[in-house]
Formats: sequence, C-alpha cells, structure tokens
Amino acid sequence: MHAIISHPLFAPVLITLALIAAVPLVAGYLSLVERKVLADFQVRLGPMRVGPHGFLQPIADAVKLLIKEDIIPSDSDKAIFWFAPCVSTCAALTAFSVLPFARNIAVADVNVGLLVVSSMSSVGILGIILGGWSSNSHYSLLGALRSAAQLVSYEVALAFALLSGVMAAGTLSMQGIVKAQLEHGVWGVFANYGFMIVPFAVYIIAATAETNRAPFDMPEAESELVAGFHTEYSGFRFALYFLAEYANVFVVAAVAVTLFLGGWLRPFPGVSWLAVPLNYGFPAVLLGGSGLLTLTLVRKLKDPLQQKVLVFLAVTLAILGAVFLVPAVNGAVAGLFWFLFKVSCLIYVQIWFRGTFPRFRYDQLMNIGWKIAIPVGMAAVLINALLGMISRA
Amino acid sequence: MPREYLPILIFLAIAIAFPVAAIAAARLIRPAAPFRTKLEAYECGIKAASDSRGRYTVRFYIIAILFVIFDVETIFLFPWAVRYKQLGWFGVAEVAVFLAILAVGYVWAFKKGALEWV
Amino acid sequence: MLIDTVLFYIFAAMVLSGAIFTITRRSAVHSAISLICSLLGVAGLFLLQRAEFLFAVQIVLYVGGIMVLFLFVIMLVNLDLAAKARQFNRAWAVGIAAVAVVGAEMAWFLYRGRAAFHIAENGGAGLGSAAAGNTEMIADSLFSEYLLPFEIASVLLLVAVVGSVVMAKKRI
Repeated sequence: MHAIISHPLFAPVLITLALIAAVPLVAGYLSLVERKVLADFQVRLGPMRVGPHGFLQPIADAVKLLIKEDIIPSDSDKAIFWFAPCVSTCAALTAFSVLPFARNIAVADVNVGLLVVSSMSSVGILGIILGGWSSNSHYSLLGALRSAAQLVSYEVALAFALLSGVMAAGTLSMQGIVKAQLEHGVWGVFANYGFMIVPFAVYIIAATAETNRAPFDMPEAESELVAGFHTEYSGFRFALYFLAEYANVFVVAAVAVTLFLGGWLRPFPGVSWLAVPLNYGFPAVLLGGSGLLTLTLVRKLKDPLQQKVLVFLAVTLAILGAVFLVPAVNGAVAGLFWFLFKVSCLIYVQIWFRGTFPRFRYDQLMNIGWKIAIPVGMAAVLINALLGMISRA
Repeated sequence: MPREYLPILIFLAIAIAFPVAAIAAARLIRPAAPFRTKLEAYECGIKAASDSRGRYTVRFYIIAILFVIFDVETIFLFPWAVRYKQLGWFGVAEVAVFLAILAVGYVWAFKKGALEWV
Repeated sequence: MLIDTVLFYIFAAMVLSGAIFTITRRSAVHSAISLICSLLGVAGLFLLQRAEFLFAVQIVLYVGGIMVLFLFVIMLVNLDLAAKARQFNRAWAVGIAAVAVVGAEMAWFLYRGRAAFHIAENGGAGLGSAAAGNTEMIADSLFSEYLLPFEIASVLLLVAVVGSVVMAKKRI
C-alpha cells in the first residue's frame, strides 16, 4: 500500500481521475449557474422544478441526454460523425492536465504548459469542423465553417495576449508563471506599470469569442443557423459538445487567472499581514455566510424532501467554510480556494457579457478580430517589451 | 521522454476513454427507433434540394491562410517572450524588425480589403 | 526505458499508418484525418526526443493551423467529385524515380547510423541536459546565432500574405 502511495505517479493519476469525474459535473452546474444568473438579470426565476431552486436540474438534464435516442443522419459520414464530438471533448479535457489548481495540485507541470493548452484548443477546432462536415446538412456545414473561421481569427489575438503574459512571467510553465508573480509580489495584470491591463482586455475579448459565447455566439445564432455545427447531433453526442463547450469556458478562465490574476495566489501576495484575514477569514465568511443564507430559504419551501436537500446543501457549505479555519488544512486548500474563486468570478463576468451585449453581426465580429484585436495585441507585445526593458534597467 | 509528460499522456488516455465509454454505455439504455424521415438531415421540412457539400465562399480560405501565417508568427515569438529580458535590447530590436516586416504585409492586406468580410 | 520504447512504437505506428491511409483513402476528409493522425505521431516522437517546444509547435501549427486550412479547402471545393473522376496522370516513371531516391537515402542513413547526421554546433550539447529548458535554449540560439534566418522567415511570411491575398482575390 505504501509503495503505491509513494509512487511518483500516484498523485497525478488521483488528480486525473478526480478531474475527469468532476469536469462533467462542473460543466453541468455551470449551465445551471448560467441559467440562474441570466434569469436574475431578466427578473425571472430560472429553473425551479427539479430539486430546491432547480438545484438538481443538471443531473436531470444529464440523465435525459443519456437515455435519449441517438440519431445518426443517413447521409452523414458515420465514422466521423461518431468520433468528432469525442475529439472536442477529449481536447477540452486534456487542457485541464496542465492547469495549476494549487501549489501542489496539478496533474503535470511541464516546461511548455501554456502551449499545451493552446494546442488543445486548436485541436478542439477540428472536432467542430469534422462534426459540421460529417452531418451533411447545410446548417451544420455553414455553422462549422463560421465557427472555425471565428475561432482561428481570434486565436491569433489570443496568442498575442498570451505572449504579453508570458513576457511578464518569463516562462511557459503554468506553475512557473504563478511563482513568477509570487516573486514579483504583484499579479500579472498590474505588471509593467499597469500596462498589462491591455493584453488582459484583449485576452478576455478573444477568449469570449474562442468559447463561442455571446456576444460572439455567431456559430449558434439560433435565429439563422438553428444550432450551428451540432444541429444534427442529439442525445449523448450533443452532451459531449456541450461538455466541451463548458469545459473550455473553465479552461480559458483558468488560463486568464494563471497568467494575469495570480493563479492560486491570494490578493496582495507580497503583503504578509493580510495572510490571515484573506486566507482564513475570507473563505470562511464567504462559504459559511452562503450556508447561513441558504438556511433562510428553507422556510419558504413547502416540500419536506426539498427542504432536506437544501438543509444538506447549507450544512455542506458551512462545513466547507469551517474547514478553512483549521490551520493544518488551510495551508493545503487556501490556494485551491483562491484559484477556483477567481475562475468563478471570471466565468460570472462571461455570463454577465451574455446578459448585457447584443450579438454581433458576422462581419462586425471579423472586423473586431482582424482589425482591432490583432493590431492591438501586436502593439501591446512591443510596448510591453519596451516597458519591461526599461523597468529592468 | 521527460518524466513530467507521462501524467499528461495518462490523462489523455483517460480523456479519450471517457467519451467513448460514455457513448457505448448510453447505447445499452437508450431507445433506438429510427425511420427514414427521422434520419434525414434537418431542413425546412422537405428533403434538401442539394448535397450540402458544395462550394462555399473563398473568404473562409483567406481567413484560414492568414491565420496560418499569423500563427507561425506568434509561435516564433514565444521563445523570445520567455527570454526577452536576457536577450536585451538587441532581441527587442530583432523582434521589432520582424513584426515591422509583417506589419507591412498586414497593412497591405488591410488596404487591399482582404480583411473585409463581404 | 521500457515505457519510452513502447511509446516510440505507438507513435511510429501512428505516423506510418496515418501516412499510408492518407494516400489510400478515397474521401479527401478521411485522408486529412489520417494525416492529422500522422502529424500527432510526429509530435509524440518530438516529445520522446525531449524537443518539448517542437512538440507543442507541431500540434499548434500543423494540427491546429495547416490541417484546419486543408479541411477548409476540402470543404470549399468539393473534392469528392474529383475523387470519383478517372485518374488521368500516369507519371509512373517520375514516381518510381522519386521513390528510388528516397529509398536510397533511407538505406544510406540506416547503413551509416548516427554518423550520417551532421549535428549543428552547440546542438548536441544541449540535448542531454534538460535543466535549461528546451524553449529557453531555442530562444538563445534562434535570436543570436540564427538571427538572419529568423528575419528572413518574416520576409517569407510577408510573401505568403501577399501570395494568398493575390490568389484569392479576383480584383486587386
């Protein structure tokens, strides 16, 4: 037993299994959060039926998709139709293997970690193209072409923004990038006299386009292309595309957090007296407070079973908050908390975009990508180089 | 092979197995009742007049080839971005020249309307 | 190392089977997928050689860039019709000559082994030590020793921009 635990591959494999099991669940709950937040923006309630306040809705959706009939159009290219969604899902999942969740929580920390993430996002494009092509439907093919053209256009701007981030950190290793920010004592976004805010903005815009989300959700513009490249997909194959999409939302947010927002570092990593209030107080108050607020909702529910589920949820949140007060545990989980907290904030911002901005036309989208984002990103790289050299001298 | 890549390969193997296993498992419980009309491609209600794999606008081709060119450019810059402080002003000048030459191409394509989506 | 040997054979099988299927499949998209498989195998071989940066570049550029371009072209021009047409070029002589040349080269390298390769100055020294990091070593040699090729690459890319725009646009 001891030989297994002390094996160098034990921790990575354990994290791998945990991630592969957690990502579908997280993707499902991201969709619930998105629906709830959007509903809140529009003064609606959102999903309310399955579980208290729709808490079990993603489970119901997953089960529904699992037992739905799987329709493969007779004119389609069956083999490619079969594996195209697997390509997308697999690429989106593999990007998780280099994300630094905390100081010691990462499947792998490699020298070219950032390039592994971007290579996986470029492989994901193939899944979309092949899925759209193999369906042999006009809507799918047009959606796939549009989607792929959009993704490749914004990938250039994304790469320029990443270049600026890499310049501030001086390494391509994901853990190395976080550690460089710890050494500098400042998050990447505030480096170079605050100029890094420009590549950060380029990154956020390009990443929103890269995940095909509003206001850049042209490929799935439902009023003109039905459902874009996955029009013909149903049942679990559709679920795989869905999973890939939400996994990518998480990945781009995680990369932004790692490069620009300090990864698993707390705010003000250079100020030591803030360690206790930020690492102990903040998560305990946030999680414990959410638990208490959840308890106040229990009274309003009629169904006793729903009440029980909600009490269970509230107690879990409170226990999670209390865990952060134990010093021995805190050191291990504070980094993870900050990483996930920052990622959640960025995902919230992306949902906020969706609730705020109207969809662009396709020519406007291409104009933003090629005529604004790319030149701005390119100029930001040079200006960052100048500022970095000046600050070094 | 560097040791630290082994976990990524294991992750990749499990990530490939997961969707394949999920689709295969779903086959056991999902219904299968296909008929001819159900298996037609989604259209307005009548059968599609033409095969969808026809010819499309060349705009997509321009976008793709410009993407490849700029992708090569950014990849060239990644090693420099990692080491630019050590390479000093000389490296910055090199990259400035590199980007300037490509900027000429970019401005030219811009002026010719190649970036225009019509 | 056993695991390296096993991985080498897996990647090599990907490269070779992908290459064979690329030229034998009828459908252009199937050929493209086989080519992707082959290119991914090459990326794996780069990784086995500790060329981490090239491994990532191989996937980003070839699988994510060039193959997307190929697939676009295949979709845009409907090659399936062309595939059904009778093959008209029968340049057997040229083909056999090319195969003979490549075969002779392969035989030469197999016969000479390591000695047949001329490793660039300073190239061999870096291969053994992974301490400096692959990307950093590439940066140091690309931006000092190989300065001119780097700048010429930008001219090459400029020509590619001009060429692609001229080819694709009817009116300039």
